[in-house]
Amino acid sequence: MLGFIIQRFLQAVVVMAVMSVIVFCGVYAIGNPIDIVIPPEATQEIREAAIRRLGLDLPLYKQYFIFMGNLLQGDLGRSFVYNVPVLELIGGRLPATLELVLISVISATVLGVSLGVYAGYRPESWISKTIMGVSVLGFSVPSFWVGLILILFFAVNLGWLPAGGRGETVEIWGVAWSFPTLDGLSHIVLPAVNLALFKLAMMIRLARAGTREIMLTDTIKFARAAGISEGTILRRHLLKLISIPILTVFGLELGSTLAFAVVTETIFSWPGVGKLIIDSIGVLDRPVMVAYLILVAFLFVTINFVIDLVFALIDPRVRQGATS
Amino acid sequence: MSDPVLSVKDLKTHFFTRAGVVKAVDGVSFDLAEGEIMGLVGESGSGKTVTGFSLLGLVDAPGRIVSGSVRLKGTELTALTDSELRSRRGHDISMIFQDPIATLNPMLTIGQQMRMAIDAHERLSARAAESRAAELLTQVGIPSAKERLRAYPHEFSGGMRQRVAIAIALLHRPAVIVADEPTTALDVSIQAQILFQMRDLARETGTAMVWISHDLAVVSSLASKLAVMYAGRIVEQGPTATLLRDPRHPYTAGLIASLPAMAAPGTPLTQIPGTTPSLLSLPAGCPFAPRCDRATDLCKADPDMTHQDNRGWRCFHPVTRTAEVPA
Ligand SMILES: Nc1ncnc2c1ncn2[C@@H]1O[C@H](COP(=O)(O)OP(=O)(O)OP(=O)(O)O)[C@@H](O)[C@H]1O
Ligand code: SF4
Ligand SMILES: [Mg+2]
Repeated sequence: MLGFIIQRFLQAVVVMAVMSVIVFCGVYAIGNPIDIVIPPEATQEIREAAIRRLGLDLPLYKQYFIFMGNLLQGDLGRSFVYNVPVLELIGGRLPATLELVLISVISATVLGVSLGVYAGYRPESWISKTIMGVSVLGFSVPSFWVGLILILFFAVNLGWLPAGGRGETVEIWGVAWSFPTLDGLSHIVLPAVNLALFKLAMMIRLARAGTREIMLTDTIKFARAAGISEGTILRRHLLKLISIPILTVFGLELGSTLAFAVVTETIFSWPGVGKLIIDSIGVLDRPVMVAYLILVAFLFVTINFVIDLVFALIDPRVRQGATS
Repeated sequence: MSDPVLSVKDLKTHFFTRAGVVKAVDGVSFDLAEGEIMGLVGESGSGKTVTGFSLLGLVDAPGRIVSGSVRLKGTELTALTDSELRSRRGHDISMIFQDPIATLNPMLTIGQQMRMAIDAHERLSARAAESRAAELLTQVGIPSAKERLRAYPHEFSGGMRQRVAIAIALLHRPAVIVADEPTTALDVSIQAQILFQMRDLARETGTAMVWISHDLAVVSSLASKLAVMYAGRIVEQGPTATLLRDPRHPYTAGLIASLPAMAAPGTPLTQIPGTTPSLLSLPAGCPFAPRCDRATDLCKADPDMTHQDNRGWRCFHPVTRTAEVPA
């Protein structure tokens, strides 16, 4: 098991190193930030001083090593535009995205798996058919449109829930969170529902397909032949047997939603990292873009790493494959 | 003779599919005494597995038992509610399947799976449950059982996995075990070992068995009586030795003639021509008629079971190897 962890960890480090090079070069390929940072009427001397101050006169590989050296010391540079450390900038926004995304992905998974298992267990019942019908909607209706409808209906027409912002926040470990307050929670509901719908539909489909397949296997027949009750069969056999694809998708969704919750954050004026990065791309704020992309890569790698560990914990065959 | 532990009368299990009604089991009757092993043989698709599932009330939709009776130790199983039936399964009657790799859950230890099967019927302390599980594993021939409880299915060979499945089926000392080709997927040598071990277990514990197989040779080494199934019904039944020596139904005779051990040296094995008919909308009359070289106009009607002594057959023109039986 320890060997497995070390192996996966080294893999993660390599992936991160490669990603940092790709991101760094990729961002350098687009536009010249000097044109945006410095007014066009500035003199040649001011221009050159700025280029030197920002380190843009050095060859690309040197810039990369300076950047990596700083990165390893926890310094991601300063934003060209806001002139504050990037880490502070992103750190201030990340909790908002984190709480929104975690709440929506976790509820989508819990609800989706429950509904999907039911639909797979009783495929002929009208409740199952309704569940599947609704899940088709979740796939086919565009997310921005659902967001607008949610606002129109629940915020504007009914006035039950706020249309945007984070509401009242509470400081925990020096970071502002919305979820512990009732007001904050009411602000999370609509954007979380908006983000969750597609994932809910996907989890329902995944859980249903898995359930239908597993319920026909000899494992379930044999458990029934031993007199084990349906509830125990669902809890102890089925949930375990369908967990691998569900966990895989859960990890992927968590990562990609953290990185790309932009549309929902924009519609609901949710001050998360998605909005920050869109603004930064608009003004070619290189340090923010680089730091953000590396953060995204880091999130994906970390989530994958954790999911791999969970696989090894729940599935003995993975464990054995990893040690042998 | 005492009352049979299992008595099946005119059992019919049909599948109501979109294409029509599949009469997978269509009038099966037999009795099983305590500790008795009955071989249920027949070609693929003849309805052996569905018969087994019907005995445990495990027929999945779109199938169901449409009529007939399954009496287990005096209780009519077809009249029980789902939960009453569940409390019998694994307790009074259990079943083991062909593929031991598919039956055990790869993500749970053997101990956990045995514990679940124990908990389904009894409240035992963790220690008592563990020692019961270990005792059963030892009984089916798994060495160092206590340690093996912590192992996962993939750490066992195919034969050992099947032994584990057998141990689970035996946990509550059921009166009847339905064994659905449990050795077909295994090596021949392991197959023989398990076969004889099961026979000894049946003898020691008084467990009766329905041993399903498409291989007459395997089954006849084990079972004291045979039931030959064709197209959803039993076409011939009786003591193993009698049936092998003196089959009455042309289908039984054909099965025996195709056994390698039965062929005279140097002659080619005879195969029964044709294939199993589709059980969907079976035409009227004897279902074996299209493949039977003894068929006459009489066979356009459906033959009933003819009983004689302790045997029976469903045929208008039974085979007579010994002279004294009139046609
Ligand atoms: N779920 C089902 N829906 C429709 N028909 C079914 C279903 N299950 C079984 N049958 C039909 O019942 C018949 C008997 O099947 P069964 O599995 O009992 O055969 P078998 O004698 O066990 O064959 P094998 O030796 O291949 O295991 C087959 O013709 C099959 O098509
Ligand atoms: S009843 Fe007729 S067709 Fe059927 S097995 Fe006997 S002889 Fe053959
Ligand atoms: Mg079968």
